[in-house]
Amino acid sequence: MSKRRPYVRSMDGWWKKNPYFIEYMIHESTALFVAAYAFILLVGLVRLGQGEAAWSGWLDALKSPLSLTCHVVFLVAILYHTYTWFKIMPITMPPIIVGGKRVGPEVITGSGLLAALVASLVLLGLVWRLAL
Amino acid sequence: MSENLKIIEIEVLRYHPESDREPHLEVYKVPFTDDMSVLQGAQYIKDNFDGSLTFRWSCRMAICGSCGMMINGIPKLSCETFLRDYHPNRIRIEALAHFPIEKDLVVDLSGFIEKLESIQPYIIPKEPRSLEQGEYLQSPQQFNDYIQFTSCINCTLCYAACPQFGLNPDFIGPAAIALLHRYNMDSRDGAAEERMELVASEEGVFNCSAVGYCSVVCPKHVDPANAVNINKTNAAKDYFLRFLSPKGGSK
Repeated sequence: MSKRRPYVRSMDGWWKKNPYFIEYMIHESTALFVAAYAFILLVGLVRLGQGEAAWSGWLDALKSPLSLTCHVVFLVAILYHTYTWFKIMPITMPPIIVGGKRVGPEVITGSGLLAALVASLVLLGLVWRLAL
Repeated sequence: MSENLKIIEIEVLRYHPESDREPHLEVYKVPFTDDMSVLQGAQYIKDNFDGSLTFRWSCRMAICGSCGMMINGIPKLSCETFLRDYHPNRIRIEALAHFPIEKDLVVDLSGFIEKLESIQPYIIPKEPRSLEQGEYLQSPQQFNDYIQFTSCINCTLCYAACPQFGLNPDFIGPAAIALLHRYNMDSRDGAAEERMELVASEEGVFNCSAVGYCSVVCPKHVDPANAVNINKTNAAKDYFLRFLSPKGGSK
């Protein structure tokens, strides 16, 4: 009879066992803030469809201290999400060959962050001009 | 000579299937020199304190892939990890995470071996060639497409780094998928479509949530996370493109 008795260790609390996994969980959970912000914008769209009074109400709600605090928290979470998103981007992509050489991961991450920065600035510029 | 000897405490996760209900930690005080690896530390314990301590090793030069273990919670090859880097702190060594422990630092790799077999890790030629037709030719560029994924030494550190494998042991996992990708990318091979069934299956690439730690711990820079994630795209393409051009009998 076999004397084997392989022991299977529990996975309970696996993400707390390694700093890399903790970072991963923070990264993944910041996606909830991205979703929450998308939901707020969606509510704005619905309120716009309901007429001027509803729309103004939504705008006023955005100016409340609670909303402003939330937006600061969202901004921090979304900035962190953006950073970690582009940090893992190189592992998710097929190799990009430029001039016979493979583009390094830091170039891919850097280009992604730059694109995000440019897109944000363009959007901010457009909204700024609309607001004036 | 003796004044050069320092002492490090090595804490070992011990498990004996015939007498232990569960693993437990034991501490050994090991004298060491600056050139001693963690593997040599384990060998010192086996030779001087407890001959029953069980662990795998062979080449002691990061080629054979046998001596992987959790060193202070991080999957590493113990032959290329040095005791001096941990002294004066205590060091803890455990069997590779996410695998069943067979005895002490030895894990059960039978599931991994089955996965390696399942991906058909050999060239299945696009078209058979006769001897008269000569060898299969390959350009340096075509060689570059897959060479990185041939460096795997089956040390399974990437499995010990993959929480998704820990949560679902059926997941084919990083190393086996990297090897699968190696054959798919080989210009002489024609079986990518055959392997696709496995790539897109319940056990396949979509178990991966892009944690990316497998590529961090890989001692051979194979970047298995990249192989897995490229095959997510391949599987998605394969799924959607068959609505455009049905492939008849293929699954």
